[in-house]
Amino acid sequence: MSPVSRGFHRKREAAPADRVPPGQYVTRDFPVLSAGPTPHTALDRWSFSITGGREPKSWTWDEFRALPTEKLTTDIHCVTRWSKLDTTWQGVSLDVLLAAVEYESRYALAFSDGGYTTNMPVADLLGGKAWVAFNYEGAPLGAEHGGPARLLVPHLYFWKSAKWVRGLRLRDTDEPGFWENYGYHIYGDPWREQRYAGD
Amino acid sequence: MDENTLDGNAIGGLLDEVFGADMTMAVSTCGSCGAVSVVAELAVYRPGLGTVVRCRSCDSVLMVFVSLHGATCTDLMGLASLS
Amino acid sequence: MAGTAVRGRLTWQTATVGRVTRETASAVTLSLSVPDWPGHRAGQHVDIRLTADDGYQAERAYSIASAPGEPLAITVERLDDGEVSPYLTEEARPGDQLEVRGPIGGYFVWEAETGGPLLLAAGGSGVVPLRAILRYRSLVGSSVPVRLLYSSRSWEDVIYSSELDMPEYGVEVIHTLTRSQPPKWHGYARRVDQKMLTEVAWPAADRPLAYVCGPTSFVESVAAGLVGLGYPAGKVKTERFGATGQ
Repeated sequence: MSPVSRGFHRKREAAPADRVPPGQYVTRDFPVLSAGPTPHTALDRWSFSITGGREPKSWTWDEFRALPTEKLTTDIHCVTRWSKLDTTWQGVSLDVLLAAVEYESRYALAFSDGGYTTNMPVADLLGGKAWVAFNYEGAPLGAEHGGPARLLVPHLYFWKSAKWVRGLRLRDTDEPGFWENYGYHIYGDPWREQRYAGD
Repeated sequence: MDENTLDGNAIGGLLDEVFGADMTMAVSTCGSCGAVSVVAELAVYRPGLGTVVRCRSCDSVLMVFVSLHGATCTDLMGLASLS
Repeated sequence: MAGTAVRGRLTWQTATVGRVTRETASAVTLSLSVPDWPGHRAGQHVDIRLTADDGYQAERAYSIASAPGEPLAITVERLDDGEVSPYLTEEARPGDQLEVRGPIGGYFVWEAETGGPLLLAAGGSGVVPLRAILRYRSLVGSSVPVRLLYSSRSWEDVIYSSELDMPEYGVEVIHTLTRSQPPKWHGYARRVDQKMLTEVAWPAADRPLAYVCGPTSFVESVAAGLVGLGYPAGKVKTERFGATGQ
């Protein structure tokens, strides 16, 4: 049994309970958490592609930025227990991107520069639940936070919102990505506290 | 270059827990590019979900440590050798 | 006199805070009393673990500030957005308990037999393990020549300033103050660069050994600079503290 260190407690901001999933605390910080070095892909080399459908589909940066975009305000929840409320983003909805592809697959593996991957059901990318986001707080998304563009799937734990995203591989099975392979939950719903496999 | 990146010194305690000995002086060989390095000089990332140790030459993942349910899951598959 | 760290598995031990010494506005030295402390080597660190009354735990690594043979002490610099350092630098009082694991690390250590001359390069709180090396050198009566190049934002941020103001024979301390300098300051007033290293570092022909510690960006830049001066990479030991807001 570890002795209690008198007076030590976790930093936390006050927040309405219905905005904070179980086991989370609210922060005003935006921690930079990465599993590897920050990639710096030049925009003229950047592309977003969806494979695994009837035909592969790919957008250059200019083509991507010509697509209709949305602005959104949302809460984000990291499995390391911090939550950040009312974050603002601008991005292209996955509804728009997936509409350009004919597919039957039910699962997707998102992949990023640097090799990071994470998986989710396609259903969790549709219906206004997911974006490829390029602006944060009204300015271009910084490289340390996943710029030029990251996946944003705020209803799942934030490790699913892959930084430096470059595309999706559509698949028939829910193949675990980087952290899922090491025991993080295959789905990751913060409201059911699905942090680890078996939760 | 990433300001938050650490080196093998920072995980001396974790490595001792996993291997039962001080590993900061151990010599690693990257399974991808063959680069040889003292563990203390490897690039270490700690995003909170786990600890990722990478080759400084080619950025390949050499080791991953994840603590779950009180146990540490260890993946050394990126290493060609560790001695 | 050199402490011999007991080999074998490290375990968490309960430590009691002893004396709390404020070094600067943001840095505090805590002496820690650990019942079965095995001793340590100059340059090693400890992991510190705090437990809140709801069971929440946080763990961080801190370099040992004291020499082998002296009571265990760590010097902690407060990070503005930190969780552990604000507690250790502003809340911790004599008698408080925390957990310690260590001593840790056989790479970033110096023993007198290793020789020199030594070039120690400190960025901010990176001075802590280097100060342990200097105290140890003095305690064992080593005459290995040492130059400490110590980068701080301002004179008020210099940790151990009075101790470093009275260096032992054979030790030179060269400060650089990167953000502001006191009136009549004649020393370096900029970030460490190649020109400064050329002026301060032992020539490679002297076969020096270098220890570089501090924020990651400082360590990478200085280590590369020393290699650029002809220091073999294997003779430049590095310890990166991550981003510390320097």
